[in-house]
Amino acid sequence: MPSDHKTGLRWSNWNLLLILPLFMLITPWFNMDEPRIFGLPFFYWYQFLFVPLGVACVGIVYVKTKDEPVVTGKPDKLGVDDLDEGAN
Amino acid sequence: MQWTELIVFSALFLLVTVMGFVAARWQKGETLDHLDEWGLGGRKFGSWITWFLVGGDLYTAYTFVAVPALMFGAGALGFYALPYTIILYPLVFLPLVRMWSVSRVHGYVTPADFVKGRYGSHWLALLIAITGIVATMPYIALQLVGLEAVLRSMGLNGSGILGHLPLFIAFLILALYTYQSGLRAPALIAFVKDILIYLVILVAIIYLPSKFGGWGEIFNDAQAKFDATPSKTDGILLTGTNQLQYATLALGSALALFLYPHSLTGILASRGRNVIKRNMVALPAYSLLLGLLALLGFVAISAGTKPIVNQATGRPDTNTIVPELFGANFPSWFAGIAFAAIGIGALVPAAIMSIAAANLWTRNVYKEYVKKNATPAEEAKQAKLASLVVKFGAVAFIVFVDPQFSIDLQLIGGVMILQTLPAVAIALYTRWFHVYGLVAGWVGGMGYGMWLLYNIGNPAVGKAHFAGSALPLGNISIFGWHPFGTSTTQIYVGIVALFVNLLVAVIVTLVAKQAKVSNGVDHTDPSDYHVDEDNPRVKPIAAH
Repeated sequence: MPSDHKTGLRWSNWNLLLILPLFMLITPWFNMDEPRIFGLPFFYWYQFLFVPLGVACVGIVYVKTKDEPVVTGKPDKLGVDDLDEGAN
Repeated sequence: MQWTELIVFSALFLLVTVMGFVAARWQKGETLDHLDEWGLGGRKFGSWITWFLVGGDLYTAYTFVAVPALMFGAGALGFYALPYTIILYPLVFLPLVRMWSVSRVHGYVTPADFVKGRYGSHWLALLIAITGIVATMPYIALQLVGLEAVLRSMGLNGSGILGHLPLFIAFLILALYTYQSGLRAPALIAFVKDILIYLVILVAIIYLPSKFGGWGEIFNDAQAKFDATPSKTDGILLTGTNQLQYATLALGSALALFLYPHSLTGILASRGRNVIKRNMVALPAYSLLLGLLALLGFVAISAGTKPIVNQATGRPDTNTIVPELFGANFPSWFAGIAFAAIGIGALVPAAIMSIAAANLWTRNVYKEYVKKNATPAEEAKQAKLASLVVKFGAVAFIVFVDPQFSIDLQLIGGVMILQTLPAVAIALYTRWFHVYGLVAGWVGGMGYGMWLLYNIGNPAVGKAHFAGSALPLGNISIFGWHPFGTSTTQIYVGIVALFVNLLVAVIVTLVAKQAKVSNGVDHTDPSDYHVDEDNPRVKPIAAH
C-alpha cells in the first residue's frame, strides 16, 4: 500500500521555464503582416523564432535538473521499504 | 503513368520492405514471443533510435500532405501545426518521464495498463483502451490517404475497387513485416523515412520559392487568392473570429498527442529517462521542418497547382497538392524520391499505430476479459493477429467508405482521446480524482464533445454534421442559456469538451469523497515515478 506521508512530486524552479513557450498562443501579439523578413510576414517568422526558444527552455530544464535525486540502484532516502510490494 | 517516378519509388519501397523483414533480427532479444519485445522493441532504444522512431511516428505522412493542403485552402489557420508542435514538448517533458518510470517498474505496455495499476479498476482501463483503439483506427486510415495521394499522383489513379489495388499491395507487405518484426520494423525504417523527408523538404524549401519570385511574391499571391474568395475566415493572417480557434486548436492538439497510444509506445520503448529528456530537446527539429513544409501550401498557390480528381470518389482531392507541386516542379527522379518520402512516411506511423492498438486490445481486453491466464507468448500471438486485423480494417475503411469519413473520424478521434487526459495524465501526479469522477467526466466530456461536433455544419461544402472542429462561442448553450451571447468567435471543440469533462469529474469526485465510496487500490508507489534504468526495481524485460 502506498503511504500517504511520502510525496511523489519533485519540484525545481527551473521547471517554470517550461511555461515560456506557451506565450506563443497569444495570437494578438503577432497577428500582423509587417515587418517582413525575407518576404515572410511577421506572423510567420515570429512563430518560427519559438522553435529555438522552446528548445532552449526544455534544454535548460534538462541540464539544470540533471542532478535531481533520481531513484537509482543505491538505497536512497525515499523509503524503499515496500520494495516487494505493488510490482505484481 | 510516370515511369521514372514509379521506378525510384518502387526501388525505395523495396529497400524498406527488406529492412522491415530483417528488423526482426536487429538488436534481437531472447524471444519475440513477448509484448516487451514484439510490441516495445525490447524496451532498450537509445537516443538516436528514439529520435527517428518518435519523429517518424508523430510527424506522419498525413501531416505532411494535410497541413500544406489546409494552408492552401484556408490560409494562416493551417499554420497552427507549428505552435502545436512547439508547445508540445515543454508540456509533456515532465509527465512523460514519470510515465516511463512507473511503466518500467510495473511492466506496463499501454496507457490503460497504467490506469488499471493506478486505480485498480479494469473498467476504467477498458474505457481508456477502447477510446485509444477507436481514436487510432481512423488515424491509420488517414496514413493510407497520404499514401494513396502519392500513388495517384504517379498515375496509379484507377477507378473503382481496382484503383485501390496498389494501396492494398503496399499495405499487405507492411502488415506482413510488422507481424514478423513488431516495433523493430518501423524503428529501422524510420531512419530511411526521416532522412528522405529532411532531404526533400530542405531542397523544396530552398529551390521552389526562388522559382516563383521569392517568399514576398508567394505571400502576396496567396493574399490575392484569399481576397478573391467569398470566405471571410481565410487569409495569410488570422481573422477576428479564428484567433481563439488557432490557439485552442494548437493547445488541444498538443495535450492530445501523447495520449494517443502510438505516441506512448515510442516513449515506453526507450531505454531510460535521459533518452526521453534528450529527445524532448531534439524533436523540435521536426517541428521546424513541419513549419517550412506548411508554407509549401502557399507555394502551391503561386505555382497554380491544381488538386487532382480522385477517380475513386470523383472529387478533387486537396491532399494531392504537395505531391502535384513536387511532380510538376522537380525532375522526375527527384519527384520519385519525394513521393517515396511521403509514401514511406505513411508506413512508419501506420505500423506503430497498429502495434499500439494491438497492444491495447491484447492487454486490456483479451487478457482482462477473454483469457485471464494468457501466457506472454499467447499475448504476443494475440497482438500480432490483432495488428493484422487493425490494418485490414483500415484498408477496408478507405476502400469501401468515402475517405472523407476517415478525415471526419480523425477529427472526432482528437476530441475523444483528449477525454482520457484526467485518467492518464493527471493521474500521473495525483489520485485526487475519484475513479467514479473520472468515468463520469469521460462520459460527460465525450457526450458533449460528440454532440457539439455533430452540430457543426458547413453549408459551403454541403455538410450538415461533423464539418469541422471550430465552434462559435455563441453556439454554446447550457440548458438554453448562452453564456457567450451571439459571439462568432470560434474555439476548438476539444478544449470545451475537456473543460466539461474536468468539471463533471470534480463534482462527482467531491460527492463520492463525501459519501466515502471506495476509490480502488493504487498498486503504484510514489517512488516508482522516479525510477531510472539502472534501478534493481525495474521489471526484467520479457519476464514471465
